[in-house]
Amino acid sequence: MADKSNEIVVCRCEEVTMGEIREWIAKGYDTFDELKRVLRVGMGPCQGRGCRDIILREISRMTGTPYSEVPPGTFRPPSKPVKLGLLAEGGDD
Amino acid sequence: MAEWKKSADAVIIGSGVQGCSLAYNLAKLGIKDVVVLEKDSLCSGSSGRCGAGIRAQWGTEMNCRLGLACLENFENLEEELGMKIDLHQGGYIMIAYGDKEYQQLKQSVGLQNRMGIASRELSREEACEIAPGLWAEDAAGFFYHDRDGHADPFLTTYAYHEAAKRLGVTFLKFTECTGIKVDKGRVAGVETTRGEIDTPVVVNCAGGYAQQVAKMAGIELPNYSERHQIIVTEPVEYGLCPPMLMSFTGNFYIQQRPNGSIIGGCSPEGHPDDMANGNTWEFLEKMSRKFTRLLPATREVRVVRQWSGQYNMTPDKQPILGEADGIKGFYLSVGYSGHGFMFATITGPLMAELINGQEPSIPIEMLHYRRFAKGELILEPAVV
Repeated sequence: MADKSNEIVVCRCEEVTMGEIREWIAKGYDTFDELKRVLRVGMGPCQGRGCRDIILREISRMTGTPYSEVPPGTFRPPSKPVKLGLLAEGGDD
Repeated sequence: MAEWKKSADAVIIGSGVQGCSLAYNLAKLGIKDVVVLEKDSLCSGSSGRCGAGIRAQWGTEMNCRLGLACLENFENLEEELGMKIDLHQGGYIMIAYGDKEYQQLKQSVGLQNRMGIASRELSREEACEIAPGLWAEDAAGFFYHDRDGHADPFLTTYAYHEAAKRLGVTFLKFTECTGIKVDKGRVAGVETTRGEIDTPVVVNCAGGYAQQVAKMAGIELPNYSERHQIIVTEPVEYGLCPPMLMSFTGNFYIQQRPNGSIIGGCSPEGHPDDMANGNTWEFLEKMSRKFTRLLPATREVRVVRQWSGQYNMTPDKQPILGEADGIKGFYLSVGYSGHGFMFATITGPLMAELINGQEPSIPIEMLHYRRFAKGELILEPAVV
């Protein structure tokens, strides 16, 4: 039976498969931030909530780095999506 | 890990788009033993933190020439490098507020046209036709060049990285340059967190850290690094704003990416020069007001992410290119003041030619840092 795990969609926001992630890790893009830049994982609406852990484990597996030592990548505000209209009305003046 | 690389024909400090473009272009010219040092992960600095616009609409002859060349190079880049860069040429609409800016941009368009750039003035109706989501009843004028656009800054940098690797360039990430060795006025090598590399050529492509790297070689640059923040929204249906919107007095750049996300930023007040890539709620609020004013439909659109990057600024907002005075083999490609991404497709080749001992195909000596001591600044009005 052929291994079908490469077809698993790991990043649903940006439709990135495990196969694509493995391909780029093998090319040396072996941090979450680098995979984010080249594949857009972690840039969609969930901001990596759905895929980050899976990707970090795959980086750990493929590079032999202990999971606890794999850099988790950079987290950016806002922690939840906010409407521009609400932000524009907020605060002083 | 492979054996440590003890020597190289050239060492480039910084794996941003300038460093990767230069590495590729040096290798293409036959200088194959090139090493690129990066203290963090690839493209972790300013290249990926910018608006990634590409334009030929400038206000100085030099920038028009460089801008046109970089457009042409971008248009051929995917074919040359063999990897997608998501180039999107929806044009740039420059928006003038007030008569003074209007006259300045009108003058710039005259210069652009004389240099072969097909930019033109738009009526308000034309501007709203090209950017259907635009509200700009308070604007004094609009100027447009349809070949201007944007590309993916990460993919562009990585495309250069992959092409450079194929030509034999070595990339050492998580490897910080800690010193530059100079012997009798000549570069002799670099010291890094992992060991030393003997080399006759060192190129400072360190972006936001340009002045720190220059100091390692005894060069004092007048540069400073300035934090610029950006926000990006969730994807919405494409077509709200195909061109980049930019204004210098309005202080914004806003564009819709091919995936539908809208990205925008502006220049900071003062000089937040602490080198931290942090974010503030004040910027988020200010930028939200600009977004919703210019593109009223964005009131219902959500912000998903905010980030910042460093612009390495010079006194005249023009880059510093060339070989350092008094230190043979130490080169600078720094100080891009916010337009390093777009210029990388031309300044990479030009610097490679210089380092290879050739006369650069576009003259760059006016961009040497000694212009500041001489007072020969090249003031560019068209910078956000």
